[in-house]
Amino acid sequence: MEGVLNQLPIGLSIGAVLLLVALGLTFTFGQMGVVNMAHGEFIMAGAYTAYLLQGVGFLVALPAAFVVAGLMGLILERTLVRRFYGRPLDTLLLTWGVSLMLQQLARDLFGAPNVQVASPEWLRGGIGILPYNRLFIMALAAASVLAIWAYMNRTGQGRRMRAVMQNRRLAATSGIDTGRVDQRTFFIGSGLAGVAGVALTLIGPVGPTLGTYYIVDAFLVVVAGGLGQLRGAVLAATGLGLLNSYAEFWSDASLAKVVVFAAIIGFLQVRPQGLFFVRSRALT
Amino acid sequence: MTAPVERAGTTTPAERPETTALAKGGAAPDGPVRRWQGSAGFAAVFTAVAVLALVAAPLLLEPFRLGLLAKYLCYAIVALGIGLAWGQGGMLTLGQGVFFGLGGYAMGMYLKLNDAGGDLPDFMVWSGVEELPALWKPFGNPVFALAMVVVLPVGVALLLGTLVFRQRVRGAYFAILTQALAAALVILLVGQQGLTGGTNGLTNFFDFFGHDVAAEETQRGLYLIVAAVLGVLYLGARQLVRSRFGRLLLAVRDGEERVRFLGYDPAVVKTLTFAISAGMAGIAGALFVPVVGIISPALLGVVPSIELVVAVAVGGRFALAGAVLGAVVMGYARTYFSEELPDAWLYLQGALFVLVMTLAPKGLAGLAAGLVRRREARA
Repeated sequence: MEGVLNQLPIGLSIGAVLLLVALGLTFTFGQMGVVNMAHGEFIMAGAYTAYLLQGVGFLVALPAAFVVAGLMGLILERTLVRRFYGRPLDTLLLTWGVSLMLQQLARDLFGAPNVQVASPEWLRGGIGILPYNRLFIMALAAASVLAIWAYMNRTGQGRRMRAVMQNRRLAATSGIDTGRVDQRTFFIGSGLAGVAGVALTLIGPVGPTLGTYYIVDAFLVVVAGGLGQLRGAVLAATGLGLLNSYAEFWSDASLAKVVVFAAIIGFLQVRPQGLFFVRSRALT
Repeated sequence: MTAPVERAGTTTPAERPETTALAKGGAAPDGPVRRWQGSAGFAAVFTAVAVLALVAAPLLLEPFRLGLLAKYLCYAIVALGIGLAWGQGGMLTLGQGVFFGLGGYAMGMYLKLNDAGGDLPDFMVWSGVEELPALWKPFGNPVFALAMVVVLPVGVALLLGTLVFRQRVRGAYFAILTQALAAALVILLVGQQGLTGGTNGLTNFFDFFGHDVAAEETQRGLYLIVAAVLGVLYLGARQLVRSRFGRLLLAVRDGEERVRFLGYDPAVVKTLTFAISAGMAGIAGALFVPVVGIISPALLGVVPSIELVVAVAVGGRFALAGAVLGAVVMGYARTYFSEELPDAWLYLQGALFVLVMTLAPKGLAGLAAGLVRRREARA
């Protein structure tokens, strides 16, 4: 029984990381039709930012990683991705090429072996079965979701973002500068991946291929949660994180991914468009 | 189809290839490309390539280089399947490594049992397995193993295709799911050490149907088999694309809903095509095992699967010949650069990909077709 309970914070914190990663993906995909495979490398960039800022303090690393990863996303959007709007499959392959180059860049800058980031003193230990570091990751994700929710529903920029997501042409006709909205979405989404990278340094080592471990699962969150849906992403990420950790617990680590995959396929039989979606008469 | 709302996953006009290019195969109107593809011209080019591959290459290349070429041709068979599913059918599959692996492991299991001659395969002894697992037993029979090379990948593809396409899950979602399947299979294979050989995979083969697998003669024979299989599959795929089914497939790629309204079931068309491409990958995997001497998880994960998609894009996804060409060219490029500039290869591969997607989305075949068209226009 204790084993079962022990898995709970592990599953929830993995779900929290997946959520931070998936938020950026679901918004860039939902709003611009961009499948960004280089998103995983923004996680890695965030993690290495924390590694470089070890002496300065962990709480400085969070906003720094947000800005670093966000700027990388912005550069990617301005230079390449914006030429490919509305062609999701092409963006997928394009950004995969970018992700290869970023991984090699990390190898050249920081070396191929993994590096360890020392967790701050105040995040060691825990209450009972709840380690502080995993609690912190959950709190971080919760705070990020709240911030995103407030941004989308309580600010003018967020309103414009929702408008573009729902109907780009109508939004453009109504005078919204869709290009600017796209840039902001890309910046915020990539920045959140950077924050996820910082969170990951609390539970494991950092390496050039860090992002590749999370990108596939994060995409599954997008598939299961529904495109551009905040609450869908929250539920799907939590569910997938728990499913991952309990499947590992009850079967073994090698079967867990197969179980998750089968569960997703099964879920799509019931809800092919994900948990939540915008009803529309448009043919897809 | 009024008021097209921009939605992810929809084919927009920009993504749709010009239907006059090589893509259209049999249905293309008269034009330079059509003429090149016309029976006489095509037969001449195909025969020339076949003579080059079957006669000249074995005579001219030293055994090591011939082995490399055989390996690239195995990849070319997978690429042919990707060209069919992605270029013709619009299904971007990022998990062909799964089917390649199923075919490869089926062949590898037979070869392992054959070498062991009634004992346990060597890696099982090292992992402390004491009795042959039930999963392995039927693979001692060569006929069963060879059948499984095709049956397993086709079966998995039919199942996945039916479940996914019936629910109208497509586009990037399909790509993501195939990628997740590849990732899951690799973790499974690595984890089940005693059953699959773990990270090392299956290797150390000695006997291939009565021939020493390392012998020069055997390798030359294997090369000829691979080249012949590729040729036959290419002709078959070309015929398929030019058939009524092929036109239906193009129609599904360019306007799935319209095809549905015309009374066809796009899910069936897509599932069958996906299964055919999976079968090709399975055959390629089975040939790869004796040629290269190993099948392991590293050869069939997400990265090798996408690398082959990259190769197809470089060669030209809308032409079957482009897919084959791309696999061979990228194979040589990889070998050359990892010999000469190992560190630069990933940069080069990434940059090449970005360049192809931005500047020449139709790849080498598209560039070639453009040149032909320009010359015709000048004449």
